[in-house]
Amino acid sequence: MLSPIILVPAVLNGLLTGAVYGLVALGLTLIYGVLHIINFAHGALLTAAMFAAFFAHRLLGLDPYLAALGLTPLFFALGYGLQRFVIGPAAHGEDRNILLVTLALAVVIENALLYVFGADTRTLNLAYAFDVVDVGVAFLALPRVIGFGVVLAVALVLWLILALTDTGKAIRAVAKEKLGAELSGIDVAHVYAVTFGLGTACLAIAACLLIPTYYVNPHIGNAFVLVAFTIVVLGGMGSVTGALIGGLFVGVVESLCGLYLGESLGQIGIFIMFILVLLLRPSGLFGERA
Amino acid sequence: MSEVLLAINGLAAGYGASEVLRDIDLEVGAGEIVAVLGSNGAGKSTLNRTISGVLRATRGSIRFAGHAIEREKPAKIVARGLIHVPEARCVFPNLTIEENLDLGSYRRGRAHRERNRARVFAIFPRLAERRAQRAGTLSGGEQQMLAIGRGLMAEPQLLILDEPSLGLSPRLVEELFALIQRINAAGVALLLVEQNVVQCLEVARRAYVLEGGTFVLHGNAADIRADPNLKRAYLGL
Ligand SMILES: Nc1ncnc2c1ncn2[C@@H]1O[C@H](COP(=O)(O)OP(=O)(O)OP(=O)(O)O)[C@@H](O)[C@H]1O
Ligand SMILES: [Mg+2]
Repeated sequence: MLSPIILVPAVLNGLLTGAVYGLVALGLTLIYGVLHIINFAHGALLTAAMFAAFFAHRLLGLDPYLAALGLTPLFFALGYGLQRFVIGPAAHGEDRNILLVTLALAVVIENALLYVFGADTRTLNLAYAFDVVDVGVAFLALPRVIGFGVVLAVALVLWLILALTDTGKAIRAVAKEKLGAELSGIDVAHVYAVTFGLGTACLAIAACLLIPTYYVNPHIGNAFVLVAFTIVVLGGMGSVTGALIGGLFVGVVESLCGLYLGESLGQIGIFIMFILVLLLRPSGLFGERA
Repeated sequence: MSEVLLAINGLAAGYGASEVLRDIDLEVGAGEIVAVLGSNGAGKSTLNRTISGVLRATRGSIRFAGHAIEREKPAKIVARGLIHVPEARCVFPNLTIEENLDLGSYRRGRAHRERNRARVFAIFPRLAERRAQRAGTLSGGEQQMLAIGRGLMAEPQLLILDEPSLGLSPRLVEELFALIQRINAAGVALLLVEQNVVQCLEVARRAYVLEGGTFVLHGNAADIRADPNLKRAYLGL
């Protein structure tokens, strides 16, 4: 059972899946860390992005990896606009209201998708979907290897933006000291919207990485966001590195549970772990102690 | 008095249904130091918040350098050169000293930023030594220096300091008042809220006394300083 021939590929596959989970969690944790709200529309926006990637291929013949180049800025703009012109104004500065507005947004988006596309599950049949890469110790699915690389690159770019650019510094400043930021001349409403845009852009990339090997239906995003939420708690609410490492970790846990408990029980391990973390270390594995 | 920089007329403000300030009239001339004195809870910080736009005025007008600013966002008001260093300091704890300062010049160009930073480091050599340290790990006094330094980074015409001497040792308070005069000598007007009444009246040209949300006295600092009756009645000295 513990033979490396089975174990190593399971761990590697877990890391590949976990990276995309981590990307979804990255968007969620970024928004939480700065706006201090849980974005309930995250799953619905991921679903919308997956539909967008799906139809970019179906209708326009665009390869998902190519479509990402267009969908990422598009979803950034969508997220920016939602926060700046819908969520922000509708919330009147009350966190409780923001929560409800994002929940309402999720319902609207999901039902719009359901109305337009029906409940059917759709898949793309791409020529390379079943290509594999031989890494010596295992055969890995090519699209998932690409996904892993893209996620690492995206995380690096995001980290550089936050660490080095003026906007990144303003985002970190607003996250911890909103009044100080306002009094320094930072336009907090703009920074909130940029952050929401970045979080939503992560979803567009995740969608393009998922669509070659996954299916899409109007509820697909929720499955991912539940896992992403576990990762956010695990990695420490608001921690960007925590989200990435937590994602990889959860991917491996899921893969190993699938291996030992059976494919259908893979996700149970995640939620048992979730409850254990909440009981033993509520600030998360990488979060600051409260 | 020289040209009027800040002019407040008939101002009222508060939190929700409770009105804290009413009938506030105040003027600060270009390059002038004006003191606002008053006991705890009188509404001094509320006045500062209203001027800098984080709190909305419910009545009255605020004009700064000829513009009506009482409906403007804080970021716009900062861009006009009116900077408020709050009582709680509000430095960015997760950012380094240098990053904190740079965000003070957020709206200025890179060349301005370098020049401003050099000037702030010349005033506060201690901040220069620790430029790469996170602000959250600084002592209270150092955080106060950083908060003032960040304010200076924005090239203020008017600097509002809310109890800058709070928590400083007597020697640092001396240094602070010397610094206030130095900042002022460079042409910056100051609105100074202080508990150190005696020192404050020495550097200020004029003073207002706030009680229960409205001004009960205003005049030349020298006159107030010289009148034991006024000092006893209004300042508990
Ligand atoms: N955020 C708030 N919400 C509700 N009431 C407030 C708020 N902030 C201040 N107040 C009230 O407004 C009044 C004036 O407070 P303010 O902080 O302006 O006083 P202050 O003169 O600055 O006092 P101190 O010298 O203690 O700093 C007080 O009665 C206070 O309780
Ligand atoms: Mg106060």
